[in-house]
Amino acid sequence: MNDQYILAIETSCDETAAAIILNGREIISNVVASQIESQKRFGGVVPEVASRHHVEQITMIIEETLEKANMQPSELTAVAVTEGPGLVGALLIGINAAKAFAFAHSLPLIPVHHIAGHIYANELVEPMQFPLLALVVSGGHTELVFMKEHGSFEVIGETRDDAAGEAYDKVARVLNMPYPGGPHIDRLAHEAEEGVEFPRAWLEENSYDFSFSGLKSAVINYKHNMDQRGEEIDPQKVAKGFQDSVVEVLTTKTLRAARQYQVKQVIAAGGVSANKGLRTSLEQAFEEAKISFVVPPLKLCTDNAAMIGAAAAHMYNAGVRGNLAMNGLPGKELKSWI
Amino acid sequence: MIWLGIETSNSPLSIAIVKDGQIVEEIVQNEKLTHSVTVMPTIEELFRKANLNPADLDAIAVSEGPGSYTGLRIGVTIAKTLAWTLKKPLVGVSSLQVLAANGQGFAGVICSLFDARRQNVYAAAYDGETMQPVIQDHHNSIGGLLEQLQLLNTPVLFIGLDAVNFKEVITAQLGNQAIFASTSLALPRGSKLIELAQKQSLPSVEEVHNFVPKYHRITEAEANWIKDQKKGQ
Repeated sequence: MNDQYILAIETSCDETAAAIILNGREIISNVVASQIESQKRFGGVVPEVASRHHVEQITMIIEETLEKANMQPSELTAVAVTEGPGLVGALLIGINAAKAFAFAHSLPLIPVHHIAGHIYANELVEPMQFPLLALVVSGGHTELVFMKEHGSFEVIGETRDDAAGEAYDKVARVLNMPYPGGPHIDRLAHEAEEGVEFPRAWLEENSYDFSFSGLKSAVINYKHNMDQRGEEIDPQKVAKGFQDSVVEVLTTKTLRAARQYQVKQVIAAGGVSANKGLRTSLEQAFEEAKISFVVPPLKLCTDNAAMIGAAAAHMYNAGVRGNLAMNGLPGKELKSWI
Repeated sequence: MIWLGIETSNSPLSIAIVKDGQIVEEIVQNEKLTHSVTVMPTIEELFRKANLNPADLDAIAVSEGPGSYTGLRIGVTIAKTLAWTLKKPLVGVSSLQVLAANGQGFAGVICSLFDARRQNVYAAAYDGETMQPVIQDHHNSIGGLLEQLQLLNTPVLFIGLDAVNFKEVITAQLGNQAIFASTSLALPRGSKLIELAQKQSLPSVEEVHNFVPKYHRITEAEANWIKDQKKGQ
């Protein structure tokens, strides 16, 4: 079999990223231009600003990716790109660049779901074992996905309101921490012995869905009450109380789902899986449960194009192809490709 | 010399291929379709009809703004990616000038404008003979634009799909000074874009990376941020 080199492009939010992946497993080059320095002025991602940065960066990032790999377009097998979900204006830059590049070099296109990409980031660490359960947690997503084999996805639980990462950012704002708030809360939480007691949203008994807006409101109310009493809040204790609640709910539901679906492996994916508190809790739980648990290295947890290339490799082999009429799909559903 | 011209600055779409000064293929449409869906298939179709390969191109021209932010970005992203990866020069032309060029030959000034909502416009005015700018591309209230045009004291040809949205206020202010171009001139044309691009000197291929749309407005978030910074001083 010939080696398969996929050029992957990802621009769904505030990272302009490109990568070249060999046979779905090996990163040949992986370039990410983050907009955090620009976006933190606004305390969050402003879509129009994100789109403008993507146009500035896109060709430079693809060029750097090819140069680092020391490759010519003619050596590539296909071009993969995130089709959605994400910010539509941001997605359109990656998609139109991918289409123009594919047209210029007569390469096939592969449209990739952003969450499938996050899950397949794990293939760049070690081969996935099926059946498998993936916990996807990021600024835009909180989902439990069951996979009985490659290319098969069943969303068994998802957030009904805020994504976990979104709740982190909002609570960070209450504590006057800069954007993005997740790493700051994680750090503060580790500095406290005891946390403020906040509620856990378990929802219905058998539900694998999540809800974080109640917890977020509880933190805001706590701060408000303390302010009214003229008392200072202890940011470490608030951070720990908040993080303990998020981590306990995520860990408990993931463990219960892993047992019910009798999976061989559990993987964590998405930006929030970089969180130390969450990683430690999941590692412990699955070590005790004797179920294999994998989480990608930090730089593959946050948005990147390597993960898009890893998913695209399997899609390419399954015969999935896009075309020059591809559009950005901001609300794209995670569907099986087999 | 083979040129590809891409014009997606507003809802109409035009793509042209010009070879040695002659139009080989051109499509002009006003179907309110999504540029992201239509532009690349249209380019592919025109190349196929013209029996050309992407590598046969010598230069690319794109409407660089002002206009719809998303429309501009789709055109510029495609133009930029093709130019970079095929190692061809990329020339940007004002989308207002491309539109105004439809009225070239008019004895007076030609004013092209795009509706920017809330009684605002992106607009420019050009000498009808030379096509030199009399009023540069800018963002303005329709009232502010008309005051400038009135002072020119010469007939003004209004051109573009959005000009009719302001017909009443234009006529009220300018009276007989205002003339409205026929609808057959209301859509921008890729061939006009290329014609204007050919008058510029070709930039180096290395400059492609730095090419960005000319929005003529900073984002609302940035404007507010700058305001806050000034307050803090």
